[in-house]
This record gives sequence, structure tokens and C-alpha cells, in this order.
Amino acid sequence: MKIEKAIKEKSMILQKEMLAKQFKELSLARESGKKVVYTFVPGNLTELILSFDMLPVYPEINALQSGMRKKSAAYIKDAEKIGHSEDVCTYVKCDIGMMLNGNIGPTGEKLPAPDLLLLSYTGCFTFLKWFENLERLYPGVEVAMLHTPYQEDGKITADQIDYMVKQLREEVIPKMEKVSGKKFDYSRLSQMMINSEKSEDLLVKILESAKHKPSPIDAYFAGVYYIGPMFTAFRGTEEAVNYYNELYLEIQERIKLGLGPVTPEGEIKEEKFRLVVEGPPNWTNFREFWKIFYDAGAVIVASSYTKVGGVFDLGFRHNFREPLESLAKYCMGCYTNMNLPQRVDLLSKYVKEYQADGFLINSIKSCNSFSAGQLLIMREIEQKCGVPVGFIESDLVDPRYFSYANIKNRLESYFQMLEQRKIILGQETEA
Amino acid sequence: MKTIPEILNHCAELSFDLNFSKAKLWKSESPERILVGYLPIYLPREIVHAAGGLAVGIMGAGDRKQIIKGDAYYQSYICHLPRGVIEMALDASLDHFDGFLFPSICDCVRNLSGMFKIINRGKFARYFDYPQNFSPQVGGVFYRQLIQTILDDMEKINGVKVTPEMLNNSISLFNLNRRLIEKIYSIKQNYPWRLSAVDTYHLLRAGLSIPVEEHNDMLTAVLNFLKDDSGQPQDNIRVIVSGSFCEQPPIGLIKSIEMSGCYIIDDDFMLGSRWIMGDINSETDDPLNEIVHAFLERSQFSSAIYDVGNPKGKRLVEIAKRKNADGIIFCAASFCDPALLDRPEMQKVCDEAGIPHINFQFHENTGQFKVIKEQAGTFADSIKLWA
Ligand code: SF4
Ligand code: SF4
Repeated sequence: MKIEKAIKEKSMILQKEMLAKQFKELSLARESGKKVVYTFVPGNLTELILSFDMLPVYPEINALQSGMRKKSAAYIKDAEKIGHSEDVCTYVKCDIGMMLNGNIGPTGEKLPAPDLLLLSYTGCFTFLKWFENLERLYPGVEVAMLHTPYQEDGKITADQIDYMVKQLREEVIPKMEKVSGKKFDYSRLSQMMINSEKSEDLLVKILESAKHKPSPIDAYFAGVYYIGPMFTAFRGTEEAVNYYNELYLEIQERIKLGLGPVTPEGEIKEEKFRLVVEGPPNWTNFREFWKIFYDAGAVIVASSYTKVGGVFDLGFRHNFREPLESLAKYCMGCYTNMNLPQRVDLLSKYVKEYQADGFLINSIKSCNSFSAGQLLIMREIEQKCGVPVGFIESDLVDPRYFSYANIKNRLESYFQMLEQRKIILGQETEA
Repeated sequence: MKTIPEILNHCAELSFDLNFSKAKLWKSESPERILVGYLPIYLPREIVHAAGGLAVGIMGAGDRKQIIKGDAYYQSYICHLPRGVIEMALDASLDHFDGFLFPSICDCVRNLSGMFKIINRGKFARYFDYPQNFSPQVGGVFYRQLIQTILDDMEKINGVKVTPEMLNNSISLFNLNRRLIEKIYSIKQNYPWRLSAVDTYHLLRAGLSIPVEEHNDMLTAVLNFLKDDSGQPQDNIRVIVSGSFCEQPPIGLIKSIEMSGCYIIDDDFMLGSRWIMGDINSETDDPLNEIVHAFLERSQFSSAIYDVGNPKGKRLVEIAKRKNADGIIFCAASFCDPALLDRPEMQKVCDEAGIPHINFQFHENTGQFKVIKEQAGTFADSIKLWA
């Protein structure tokens, strides 16, 4: 146990150090002359940004951090004071509120203003509105738009790749050259992708370790930490490869010892239910939310949220031989850029391959990209997989929409339903 | 020959015939005819027309249909429009439609395209992903490919291969349609009492479910009538209504605004019909190219298009000034991210330009207008008082 604990801590420490360094660099960006790019998590162009020695900032990450640090409620109110409706995505309002309050980042240091707004709006139309708002708040800032076509027909077509590569060549890269004052270095970008591929291989193995019984990880609550470096500023770096190597070793060790996931409340001793979860988590009450699952012995073995920055388990890898094409394919392949039938297929595959006992949706008030259509998804999964389905509602960062009692009640009834089904299935097997 | 009241009554019926009987009747008259339903906001209807089809605008169920199944498909915090549309898809309303197009405006409409695929409605159901890149060699090429996909979808159904002549003919009919609509709006700009906002609304909305040729005849008749003076000018203020381009406000809401002392001299209710500004060249060997360029270069501003370099607030203020509007009413559907996220900036620009404004939120099936009427009335009074 002692060894296991020490190993676990190492990957966490590594990630913490990586983040601290990143935010330090950001706070010193003006002094160091490094240019700052604001961009979004899904379908991000991290390798490309880093190849220009620029520093990426992800407003969604700031918003979720504000949610976890209990600052989002006040930020959202401030955005509403300047005219934003109660009805719209709270990530946007939280980010605008943070900016109105001095743009202090998660480590307490001030975040620099953007030199470039890189609008790669993969899988969410609201991103577009978000950056239109930011552009007004940072007058004169350079904007680069990368329109990522939706996989409306359930596939990525050659025409779409061509469109995206042309945008990269004619819009995004020239803007980056202008802002950074550097020439585009194709071979540097290509080299980074070798690291991306290594990390992606490891992340897939890590997430797929949940196929073991008991699962050594929680692929939702803990999963959001595992995807951190990959979906943000580190993909394509040596640091990310090290981090994923370390994490992979720790998980191998857990499998060897037959251990369940570690949670903030301690280790899950008995895996009672294996669940697949669709939708982002709630950040304002993250720990309480997780604890409800911990108390019930419910382990999330697969989730769609850990695929918003790439569905690598379907086979995609960044490819150093065709870096621009693979950036295009990457952007288009992210989970929220998949059409509804594809999402249903993926989730059903998870239920089956991870031998889940149930399928649960956490529907987020803010996020139409995820939420519109989820009730139909739920029915389809129920029909296709024959497992009990559950549905709860919350929000990402607006605490007004997290009702602990309500969610707890619903989940407890759901777990009871799973329990009963297990008993019935057990009796049927015996008979 | 119908009288003007008869035409307008007919338009009112057509606007809210959620069974689209007229369109279905039109289709039944020839085996080659196809119906393509499309959601707000814009579709280059010329391409459907040229392929022997009728593009039918599906603007939601409004307050005209009881939603029984639709609510079970949508959470309470999603706007109302898609639940009415899915209701129509689940009952017989959209039977006989051959295909559906979902122009890119938001993720609700985007995901609705996938729902249509899952519930298997139409021979095709496509998200129509307008380019956000406006260079002819980049976004233009992509857009042309999109249009070609739809032409191929339609050809598979009725075997019609669209020629440049056919497309040129369709373009000229829609050019006329846009010109007639703009003429009506320019008369309303100077003589708003000649045609009420509700009649104008019905007149335009009716055009979404009948052949353009027929709509052009109606518009021409109404336009001829509007050229002569009629009605009594009231001491009303002149407003522009902005933000209701997708989910439509109930007729009662439009009526309430006018009854509270505001002439609606411009609006974006039927934005799709007015999307392209000016004519599209209809005398070329490559009409598809003209449709593409018109979109890239002459689209009206909207919440669906990223507006770097040509901000929509500025464009709205320009219209308000050109049309000599006294104020702007921002009127958006609840939970409509595209409209609501644009609002703060639009309001700020109005403030800077000294244009008074108020805002409402609505659902397409809102039934109570008392508060809105009072707010609009107070707005009108304050403008009259301080003007
Ligand atoms: S709508 Fe969803 S995906 Fe889009 S910015 Fe908001 S939370 Fe993110
Ligand atoms: S009303 Fe707004 S949110 Fe709803 S479907 Fe239309 S554009 Fe989307």
C-alpha cells in the first residue's frame, strides 16, 4: 500500500509542477516577451502554438478552476450585471466575470491579456460568441478563425480536411507568424507530434485500464485530471510523455495489486457498480458530487467528457508525417464534433466493452453542445444495451443549478435500481 | 383576383399551417417534385427550386400546437423551437418531405439534425455548415462543395440534373422575391401604418411554404396596394425589432408591440428571406459561383456569422440611422445563446450611438403579453417625451 501511495503521488506532483510552471510563465509573459494565445480545449492547436514559442491560455480551464475555487458565482453575477442573460452558457459568463475582476488565474497570479484569439471552434457554436465578446473586451487584439466542420454525415471527408488545411495555411499560420514574429517551423511542429503520439498511446492505455475488474481508475472524476496535460498546454512536449509514463506505471501497479480507484475520500474498496457517464461534471461541488458515487461504490469506467479533446481510443493519433492534416483530423474528431448517431454508437460501445452495469447522463444546463439531444441518446442506449439508464441535471460553474439533495436522491434511487437488477440477474444465472 | 384582405388572410393561414398542406399538394401534382424542409435561418433556396423542389421553412410550432412528445426530448433549459420541430417530425406533419436541412446557427439545431437521422425522417437530413472563412479560395470552395452535396442528394431522389440555365432562372425568381420584400420594407419605413407588422409577418412567412412564383405574385399585389395611401398615421414611435431570427415570437407579442405605440419599421423575423443583400447575377455560365459569392460578400449581419472586422452592433446602428428609427427592441427567445450572447455588445453600441433600447425574452408559445405591452408602452412614451 505504501509503495502504491508513493507512486500515485508522483504523477500528481508532476502534474502540479507542470501547471505551476505554466502559470508562472504566463504571469511573466510580458517580461519574457512571449506571446499569449487564448484558445479552446476541444480541437486545440497546442503543438502549433508551442512551435511558435507562444503560450496558450484556455478560458474554459480558467472557468472550471474558478468553479472549483468557489469564485464562479460572483464572476457570473458580474457578467450578468453588464447585460448577459441568465440563460446562456455559464463558462462564458464566468470567464468574462474573471476578466472584469482583474483576470487573476487559478494560481493567484494575473493572467496576461491575449496577443491572439485563436478561435478553433470545434464542436460548440457558443465558442464563436464567446470570442466575439472577448474581442470587444480586448479591442484591437488579433483574431484567427479556424472553422472546424461538423461530422454531420458521421465521417471526416477529404473536402473537409482540405478546407481546414487551407485555413491553417492561409489564415492561422500567417496570423501566428505575425503575432509571434517568427517563421513557421514545419519540422519543429512535426517533431512535436512524435511526442503527441506517444502521450496519446499512453492515455488510451490508461483510460482502457478501466476494462479491468475491478477498475483501477475512475474514468470520469479522476479522468478529468488524467486528460489535463493532454487536452491543454502540454500535448507534444517531453513533459507530457513523462507524466503519462509515470501515470501508466502507477496504474499498472494498481492492477497488479487488484486495487480500485483512489478518490479524495480514500480508495474504493468494493466496486459495486460500473457506469458509463455522458456529459461534463459539475465543478462547483466536484468533491461532494464524487462522494455520492464513492459512497455507493459506483465507479465510472468510461465517460464521454474525457473525449472532448480527442477520441484517441477510436484510433486517431497526431502524425508527424502529415502534421497539418493531422491537426485538421484531430479538430474534427473530438467528441462534441461527432454527430448524434456517432455519439450513440460510441457510448453503446463503451457500455458493452467496459461491461458497465448502467449508463448515466449528467446534463449540463449551460451546454447545448452536449445537452441538446441527450434524452434521445439515453433512450437509444437503453434500447441498444438493455442497461438501466439514469439522468441528472446540474451546471458546470453556476452553483445555482447544483441541487445537492435533488441529485443525491436521484442517484440513490438509480443505484437502488442497479442493485435490484444485479440481484435479478444473479438469480437468473443461478437458475 | 383576390383582394388585399383576402391575400393577407390566406398568408396568415399559410404561415401557421403546420401540416404544410399547400406544399404537400404542390408536391402531389408531379412525381418529380420534392419537398426539402429547412430550419432557420438562411438557405439558398435557389438550388432546391432549380432541382424541381420546394424548400419549406420550418419555423417551429409557435403557440399553435400542443407539445405532447416534444417535451420528452428536451430539457427545460433548452429553447422551445426544437421541441416543436421534433413534435412535428413525430406526428404526420412532416410526412412526404424528402429531405431536411439544418443551417448552422447553434448546437441545438446542429444536434437536431442528428435526431432526425436517428428517428429516420426524410431521405436525407443534413447539417448545413456554412463556412466561417470568407475567402473565395477557402470558404468559397468549401461552400460550393456543400451545395453540391445537396444537389446530389436531390438528384438521387428525382433524377433532376441542375443545369446553369435552370439555376439562373431560379436565381432571377428569388432576386425578384428579395427585391419585392425590400420594397415593402422601404414603404413601411416611410408609411408604417399602411401595413401592420403582423400582416407583414404573415406575408413573408407564407412565402416559406409556397412556390416562389406564387409568393412573388402575392408580394406584387400587396406592393401595388401599398403604393397608394391607406390607413391612418398614429402618434407611434418607430422601432426595429432585433434578435428573433430563429425561434419566432408569437403573433400576440408582435401585435402587443404595435398596440403599445411602436411601429415596427424593420425586424429580423424572416432573416433568411432577406439574407442576401441585393441581386445575385443570374446571367452567367457558373451560377453556383454567384450564389457562393453572394453569401461570402453580401450576407446580412447575423448571430450565425463571426463578424470580425464588420461588427454587427455597428451594422444594426447603421440600419437604425438609415431608417430613422427611434429605438430598438431586442427580442430574443429564452435560452437562445446566439441571440443572447450578442445582446450586451449590441446594447453597448446602441448606447454609444444614443439609440434607446429595451429588451424582452420570450418563448414561441408565450401566452401573456401584459408585461411586454407595458414595457413597450413605457418605452414609446419615454421616447415621445424626450424626443
Ligand atoms: S456551450 Fe458547452 S462546449 Fe460550448 S463553451 Fe459552453 S460549456 Fe463549453
Ligand atoms: S432559438 Fe436560438 S438556441 Fe434555439 S434553436 Fe434557434 S438559434 Fe438555436
